[in-house]
Amino acid sequence: MSDIYLDNNATTACDPKVVEAMLPYFLEQFGNPSSIHSFGSGVGRAVSKARKQVQELLGAEHDSEIIFTSCGTESDNTAILSALKCFPNRKEIITTTVEHPAILALCAQLEKEGYTIHRLKVDGKGRLDLEEYRKVLTPEVAIVSVMWANNETGTLFPVEEMAEMAHAVGVQFHTDAVQAVGKVPIDLKSTKIDMLSVSGHKLHAPKGIGVLYLRRGVRFRPLLRGGHQERGRRAGTENAASVVGLGKACELALEHIEFENVQVKALRDRLEQGILSQVPHCFVTGDPVNRLPNTANIAFEYIEGEAILMLLNKKGIAASSGSACTSGSLEPSHVMRAMDIPYTAAHGTIRFSLSRYNTQAEIDRVIEAVPPIVAQLRKLSPYWGEDGPVAAPEKAFAPVYA
Amino acid sequence: MWEYSEKVKEHFYQPRNVGVLEGANGVGDVGSISCGDALRLSIKVNPDSEIIENASFQTFGCGSAIASSSALTEIIKGMTVEDALKVTNQDIADYLDGLPPEKMHCSVMGREALQAAVANYRGVEWKDDHEEGALVCKCFAVDAVMIEETIRVNGLRSVQDVTNYTKAGGGCCACHEGIEEILVKVLAEQGIAFDPEAAAKAAEPEPLPIAASAKAAKAPLTLVQRIRRIEAVIESIRPNLRMDGGDAELVDVDGNTVYVKMTGACSGCSMAAMTIGGSQQRLMEDLGEFIKVIPADKMPAAREPRTAAAAGAYGGFGARRIPPTF
Ligand SMILES: Cc1ncc(COP(=O)(O)O)c(C=O)c1O
Ligand code: FES
Repeated sequence: MSDIYLDNNATTACDPKVVEAMLPYFLEQFGNPSSIHSFGSGVGRAVSKARKQVQELLGAEHDSEIIFTSCGTESDNTAILSALKCFPNRKEIITTTVEHPAILALCAQLEKEGYTIHRLKVDGKGRLDLEEYRKVLTPEVAIVSVMWANNETGTLFPVEEMAEMAHAVGVQFHTDAVQAVGKVPIDLKSTKIDMLSVSGHKLHAPKGIGVLYLRRGVRFRPLLRGGHQERGRRAGTENAASVVGLGKACELALEHIEFENVQVKALRDRLEQGILSQVPHCFVTGDPVNRLPNTANIAFEYIEGEAILMLLNKKGIAASSGSACTSGSLEPSHVMRAMDIPYTAAHGTIRFSLSRYNTQAEIDRVIEAVPPIVAQLRKLSPYWGEDGPVAAPEKAFAPVYA
Repeated sequence: MWEYSEKVKEHFYQPRNVGVLEGANGVGDVGSISCGDALRLSIKVNPDSEIIENASFQTFGCGSAIASSSALTEIIKGMTVEDALKVTNQDIADYLDGLPPEKMHCSVMGREALQAAVANYRGVEWKDDHEEGALVCKCFAVDAVMIEETIRVNGLRSVQDVTNYTKAGGGCCACHEGIEEILVKVLAEQGIAFDPEAAAKAAEPEPLPIAASAKAAKAPLTLVQRIRRIEAVIESIRPNLRMDGGDAELVDVDGNTVYVKMTGACSGCSMAAMTIGGSQQRLMEDLGEFIKVIPADKMPAAREPRTAAAAGAYGGFGARRIPPTF
């Protein structure tokens, strides 16, 4: 039996059709797309085609609004730093407590440099309070950056509405849509979103390729200056093969968007129900009614995530965890903390993220594998008695804190 | 995922001595739920002989926490209480054939649980005196609390100072930004502004005895002079290596390639490669030319002097010393 990959929010396998589209650009079509000769001009055309494919998936009005970058992180950094350069007198940024580190770590650094960062809080289900947003949204703000979908829980934020609100006060709006693109329908031309980040490796394109969507007319300052590539907005010779791969991946994602929201979603729900109905003391984190179709994040109380992952891995199942131990930090996931999930559960959160390649047979194998693993680890847990948590677990076991 | 040794995996998949212990007369609960590890250790001590006759554990924790707990119970069973208290966290890690630096705190927790359980057996109250911060230097497993305290106690001013006192920052150097941040914070408490420029100056390593003349003398070195100089540089780093139970010896020089025989406490330890990089850097600085340092056991057979063949495993350079608070 082959292994089961349920970690598609971390990264995805390249679609074989994507690889096939890319191959000629390593061997025959290796020219520089800027060159006049025949080695280069074909590449130039391929890059243009890819740009159109991305444009179509994002529903952008113009293909020149698509800027190829090296990854989602670069797109995120470019967007925020551009706004700060464009509006040197505005010293405030609005974001959320649950963004990806590509935003949060940059904001933490900017805070040290004197910027004021407003981090919008979330409730127990990971939802924002738009009133809180309205209060801090003033013309002092250089940019708002709010993710479209959360990578850990899949929870969706109302970015279209938030972009309208920002637009109304003349503040640029960026969204990290790395997890949303290809999984939820997007039509940028009918929104007020100014900038949006994409990462290829989350939608079956290779790693190391990304996009920054930049609405026409929005003030912008490049991060990398140099050649005229990407109309001078992102210098550096194009990663042509990967650009072509991303274009193909976007075309395929558009073809499959309904499949993603019907079949993949059904598998996700089957997995979730299968686990929840068999395992006591576990619950879904995030907002179950408003989230990505492929993501299930389940907190298993009184046990630790890395231990669960190791046992899953032994059974050939790949997933990921928000536990402190998997990240190398001492704190559990900032997303779980932000939602106020108790420590005894936050350390035991497991994220299953599906793709269009998963099958029902695989999901059924996972449903079978999980309950004994949880039971096995609970046997070791000081919070767990014969067949349930010990009475008043937090009191029965109250270690001296180190 | 972490690179766990086979021994860690084995103790994780088949943990020994799990559960509640019948007739336990010493129980220690330690850990930190915020960092995701908590451990209850139960021991059954024979009051006459003071021998730990049985031990068991319950753990809320990751793979290495479970494996460390399992290893601890195996180690202490049959020991006297007195001897068991001498078990260090390094002993636990060694028993498991090593733990990743980020996971050393799991073995620390084991040792603390033991102290707590013994205190409970003796009817005294156990107080945890160790505070753990975020891991700053992964190469040497040094955390923020340790660095802060060392800066305060010793009045340190520069990253180089911190490296000299704690080893943090002495490897890949990726943690220097983090160390600078701690310096800024601690120095600010004392009303001092951290000055990276001044710090860099103070941090310049003591010139090697020969280095001064090396910089003055423009004339190319003779073969013998050059080899002497290489030898002197290797000599100058040996005391540090010995502190870690390692050693190094110059074996041969072939053009820009310097063959060094390394021995030491942790052969095959991942630090060896890094220390090779470090000595290479020192040699390049001193000789002002490109130098490649290669462990003697990687020397082409034809060059290998007869004595080197018996040299055996290398790798003892930076045996990972765990900071004293661990
Ligand atoms: C929400 C989000 N933003 C940004 C990134 C970073 O993308 P990349 O790996 O392409 O830099 C990720 C991927 O982990 C992500 O999930
Ligand atoms: S992390 Fe500190 S030297 Fe490598």
